[in-house]
Amino acid sequence: MEISNIWYFLSALTLLSALMVILSKNPIHSVLYLVFTFFCISAHYVLLNAQFLMAVNIIVYAGAIMVLFLFVIMMFDLKKNTPEAKSSMTKLAGSIVAGSLLVVLIAIVRKNAIPGPALEKFNSQTGMVENLGQVLYGEFLLPFELVSILFFVAMVGAVLLGKREAGERNF
Amino acid sequence: MELLTSVFIAKAIIVGVVFAITLGVAAYSTYFERKIAAFMQDRVGPDRAGPFGILQPLADAVKMFMKEDFIPANSNKWLFIAGPCISMLTALMTSAVVPFGDTVTIDGVSFDLQGIDVNIGILWVFGIVSLGVYGIMIGGWASNNKFALLGAIRAASQNISYELAMGMAIITILMITGSLSTKEIVEVQQNGHWNIFYQPLGFIIFIICAFAECNRTPFDLPECETELIGGYHTEYSSMKLGFYLFAEYINMFISGAVMATLYFGGYDYPGIDFVTQQFGSNVASFVGVGALLGKSLAFVFVFMWVRWTIPRFRYDQLMNLGWTGLIPLAMYNVVITGLGILLGKPFMVSVAGLILLIAALFVYDQLTVKKKIA
Repeated sequence: MEISNIWYFLSALTLLSALMVILSKNPIHSVLYLVFTFFCISAHYVLLNAQFLMAVNIIVYAGAIMVLFLFVIMMFDLKKNTPEAKSSMTKLAGSIVAGSLLVVLIAIVRKNAIPGPALEKFNSQTGMVENLGQVLYGEFLLPFELVSILFFVAMVGAVLLGKREAGERNF
Repeated sequence: MELLTSVFIAKAIIVGVVFAITLGVAAYSTYFERKIAAFMQDRVGPDRAGPFGILQPLADAVKMFMKEDFIPANSNKWLFIAGPCISMLTALMTSAVVPFGDTVTIDGVSFDLQGIDVNIGILWVFGIVSLGVYGIMIGGWASNNKFALLGAIRAASQNISYELAMGMAIITILMITGSLSTKEIVEVQQNGHWNIFYQPLGFIIFIICAFAECNRTPFDLPECETELIGGYHTEYSSMKLGFYLFAEYINMFISGAVMATLYFGGYDYPGIDFVTQQFGSNVASFVGVGALLGKSLAFVFVFMWVRWTIPRFRYDQLMNLGWTGLIPLAMYNVVITGLGILLGKPFMVSVAGLILLIAALFVYDQLTVKKKIA
């Protein structure tokens, strides 16, 4: 089996499951389709020989963030909280906006020739964890550390928001 | 091309054998769990099916298959069926990267006795473990039962909380080894340099987290009978329930194998050089497989031993232990390990760190006791 056939199959699967995320009526189904989409994207990483990204993608997105999504959605009473149908004007406005964005995007792709990857510079080992670590902790050390500070600030903010103030109602 | 197909066939055989061993061990774990429980409670245990009740798993399987397969009226049918399937799938996937033995050479071609040797091995284990909760959550929600839903939600929050400490325990192993590959982690530990000597604290953290991730007593709150009827599998019957229970035993066996790989030298055993000289390296490798299986089964026994000894935690105690106990301990362990690597004496520093920790806890305990009295 040709590797490009696998790529076509995977891409079709990714797009299909991503579409199902927004088309399914049940939010739980949406979350599960989103998890499946992440798996497909991880499979793309494997095709690119980036195993570390594949594992981290599964651990962080499928294993942690989507579990929390599922956790929150399961606590809703889904029968009471179905969103009411939008009016036809809203639907029309949405279609026009999305259609014009599509036209603009197609125009961009057609006008500008996007350069493909330089094959002579291609190194199949780029995605391996050793090389990734060398790049992250050598060449891009400062941005990497800044990102970690950003995460830390976000964490402190989340704890502060979740903290119960004195005298606040206890549920 | 011929080499490729022979490697492919060898890998297929290894995967098949690992699958068979895992299922066999899981089936007989149910028998030994009941026997050990009986021994600890001064009972006889299952003794009717075959000599010593040895055919009990078979009888249980027949019973599970013959029972009515019931799907509740207002449940989400497809997700209700998917729940146990996902549990089973994630339980079985972890064993792919566990190195069950050293290299075996047949007709001049060498095979590793391992499903796949990827350079992200331990991250694969971690990823699959973090997916394990989906089976429970989906099954619990799809049952359309509030007790099942509560069990599912408990399982999710418990797994997420204990994954953090588990990940940090794994980080210390990576610091010592310098590789993510499970094969290399085992090779570093050959000739008795087992990680348990360098990581006693890390091992304690890891085994506690393994109990929580497998939903075993004292952390089996997702299926706590006294509060939640049956927890996430309240509405399940027949073989779907069987799959959930089976997945738990598979998880126990595989987490035993992972702990043996990370902390107890994997397929290393005393006298490996002697066996290699006397009988050749192939025999030594197969004895190594036996050593790994023996270590894993010893861990399965520890799981059962703890289950029939320690009572269940309360839910707030569980969360307190995870967030305020294990995560700071794991951070301390990372610092100690880093210090040991910098000073070049990992063994001395780890033991010193453990003694310091116990002394600090003792002093803290004394101080708080005095405060309570005063």
